[in-house]
Amino acid sequence: MEFSLTINGSVQKVDVDPETPLLWVLRENVGLTGTKYGCGIARCGACTIHVDGQAAKACQYPASAAVGKKITTIEGLSKDSSHPVQVAWMEVGVPQCGYCQSGQIMAASALLAKRKKPTEAEIEAAMADNLCRCGTYLKIKEAINRAAKIEQS
Amino acid sequence: MTEQTKQILSRRSFIQGAAAAGGGLMIGFHMPLANAATIGPNPQSLTTAVGTEINAWLVIDRDNTVTIRIPHTEMGQGGITSVALLIAEELNVEWSKIKTEFADANRHLRNNKEYKVMSTHGSQLVRLQHPHLMQAGASARERLKQAAATAWGVDRSKVEAKLGVLTSGSHTGTYGEFVDAAATVKLDKEPAINTDPTKWWLLGKGTMRLDIPNKVNGSAKYAMDTKVPGMVYAAVKASPVPWGTLKSFDDSAIKKRPGYVGTVQLKAVPGKRGQPDMQDAIAVVFDSWYRAKTALDLVKVEWDFGESGKTSSAQYYVEGRKLLDQTGQLTGKGDPRAAEIIAAASKVVTAQYERPFETHARMEPINATVHVQADRVDVWSPTQDQSAAITIVAEQLGRDAKDIYAHTMFLGGGFGGNGGGGTGVTKQAAEISKQLGKPVKVIWSREEDLAQDKQRPLALAKLTASLGEDGLPTALFTRGAWFTQDGINNFGSATADYGISNMSYNFPVRHHERHNAKTHIPGSTHRAPGANQMGFMAESFIDEIAIAGGWNPLDWRLKMTEGQDDYQLVLQTLKDKAGFRTDLPKGQGMGIGVVESHGTIAAACATVNVSRRGRLTIEKLLVVLDAGHVINPHAAAEQCEGSVCWELSHAWMGGLEMENGRFINTNFDSYNLLRIDQMPEVETIFASSGGTKWGGLGEPAGPPAPPAVANAIWYATGKRIRSTPFRQHDLSWT
Ligand code: FES
Ligand code: FES
Repeated sequence: MEFSLTINGSVQKVDVDPETPLLWVLRENVGLTGTKYGCGIARCGACTIHVDGQAAKACQYPASAAVGKKITTIEGLSKDSSHPVQVAWMEVGVPQCGYCQSGQIMAASALLAKRKKPTEAEIEAAMADNLCRCGTYLKIKEAINRAAKIEQS
Repeated sequence: MTEQTKQILSRRSFIQGAAAAGGGLMIGFHMPLANAATIGPNPQSLTTAVGTEINAWLVIDRDNTVTIRIPHTEMGQGGITSVALLIAEELNVEWSKIKTEFADANRHLRNNKEYKVMSTHGSQLVRLQHPHLMQAGASARERLKQAAATAWGVDRSKVEAKLGVLTSGSHTGTYGEFVDAAATVKLDKEPAINTDPTKWWLLGKGTMRLDIPNKVNGSAKYAMDTKVPGMVYAAVKASPVPWGTLKSFDDSAIKKRPGYVGTVQLKAVPGKRGQPDMQDAIAVVFDSWYRAKTALDLVKVEWDFGESGKTSSAQYYVEGRKLLDQTGQLTGKGDPRAAEIIAAASKVVTAQYERPFETHARMEPINATVHVQADRVDVWSPTQDQSAAITIVAEQLGRDAKDIYAHTMFLGGGFGGNGGGGTGVTKQAAEISKQLGKPVKVIWSREEDLAQDKQRPLALAKLTASLGEDGLPTALFTRGAWFTQDGINNFGSATADYGISNMSYNFPVRHHERHNAKTHIPGSTHRAPGANQMGFMAESFIDEIAIAGGWNPLDWRLKMTEGQDDYQLVLQTLKDKAGFRTDLPKGQGMGIGVVESHGTIAAACATVNVSRRGRLTIEKLLVVLDAGHVINPHAAAEQCEGSVCWELSHAWMGGLEMENGRFINTNFDSYNLLRIDQMPEVETIFASSGGTKWGGLGEPAGPPAPPAVANAIWYATGKRIRSTPFRQHDLSWT
């Protein structure tokens, strides 16, 4: 089935089975591979994107359900890695293997869009679905706090 | 080279040095980016450097851009940055002028191992590879100097090379101006490399890892991200009971589905059960992976699991417990007095510990892409050894290795599992591509990944100690058992009782035995192998005997390592910093664990809180390490945090469960690892003894964490945990 999706500000026509999760449409049809597959069951967060500004798990989001909504992937968060979360991530040096980090950054940026200065408990609640096998959790917390400061200044 | 220099070059500390930048330094600073090797089926397009090649590692362009070719893989450990730093130190070029690309593994094999070593494992990158990498930089520098010397009519010794500029008296020129001439220069003698850390201008200064910028914007390319024109996608299902055989299958339900490309039956080579060997499997191929995966679920497959289909974790524990009562193979010399002393003793403590299978669960599920063509084969495999990927594919296809090209990609984790390169996935992709005549990407679903990876073995141990009048042990007797494919004796240094038999305490008499039991489950190393499993058993038991003997567990450890200066340093530091106490109110507890691995002593002090209803909160892990030296405490601490998270993941939340010969908890809902809200605060302290000691820091902080937590839980609840995962224990108290 052919339909249009609004991805990172541009309208893209895709021809896929309507129930196909956005994850695979983004990766295979649109060629945006920054969004990662980790579990396929909404339990790892590697596929986190924004749909109308809210964090969503692309592996469980049927592509046809996103019609008319604004989809943002890691590639569209900023043009030049200048989003405060990306800047903080580089300054703190969060990523190790990096595979989970697109999802971490998308989850963190969705949180900061809602809460300018999240508490530790709010950070933990918002990020608890995002697994990091390299164990960068403490750096993630540090970077979220840093990003909150960058945004305020 | 002095011993000390060798030590200072040891990979981990060095990489940690290289990873340091942190801080706010990076913004506005031009970072050379490391791009993944060009992804393209286009022949000979593996490397993209522009300019003149001065040697296999180095290309210099007229505009003075230097491209360094990285023969190693990057899995978050800083491999790219390390290679670039080692070469740039000798070449003497501005860091901002450097670009990197991955080296061509095919060229390496074609030219008789031109890059010397392409595999990346065993903490060896800097430790063992630095001489030839530094040499590549030094040699290029001297040839540039010679080219300038000839042009200017001066002696080479009168030419200075600094930050990409050559100078002699009033003469000056850039590397770019002289690179063409330099490429033809032959030196009579190779220059010596500078291994004196006090004279380094670039190394050891703390440089932001080159791969970080690509990992915050989605541009880093992993094998999973490979796309080749005309590529099709395969979902595979190997025998759910490893090494079962496929009897028949029926794929009639999927042939009419849109996007169907084909079904391929994959066959194990009889008698071969090595690391990267394929098992019997069905591959379903479609024009999208989601279609392939959903169709695969509709294929009916009949398997013959044989006897393996009757096995279970529970049964292995039963079998293992029996083995613990039988004489095993001796570890070390053995001492028959141990059993005699224990038999005659009035006070004896004995305990049995058990740990389940665990898996790597790298965040990047196991995958590979292969394109088989008449004249060449291209391979994108998440492996730590590109040249091995080539030989594996050559073997599967019966092709000449020189026609096979492996593309190096970022790895979404390694952790002792070779990024998945040690599994049969690359062979599967090669076989499917050959049969279908198309490029194919094979992705193991997360369920397939957890079930079919090479696993950390299930292990048990029984430890017995006799105590004397003073409450200290008079003898120790231990037996370990683990279950590995074909009952092998070791993975690297890991054995069925590694972590137990090498405890450093001064037991007056000790005797260790082990059993290598068999399973059909393929096994593998797993971050801090051996120490990660058995360290928990050993150090929990130490608390048991210390407490039974009336000793404070920390004082016991200090007493039992008297005369070992490095242990005394670590334990005394822990005592000074951790505020360890045994008199906290019920529900709170502190615990100690000490495990040595990779030449590093790591001691942990855990602080926990257990609610009356048994809810565990691990508040803090303070870790004290002696790795001899630490070049970069900031980045080393990062590795320690990762290691603590890794090992607590298994001990607290993990546990791969097997029933009917197959694993049953194969996704992150049921194999649920540590998450951000469970991650304790980690404080890392380096108590470095210096001298000739040089240990690793990427793994050792993990093993002492679980026993420290279990020992803290005992103080909090009075409950002794002798198996993992902790989540299966009722920790409630009144
Ligand atoms: S892949 Fe979507 S949450 Fe794991
Ligand atoms: S950085 Fe490797 S999984 Fe998070």
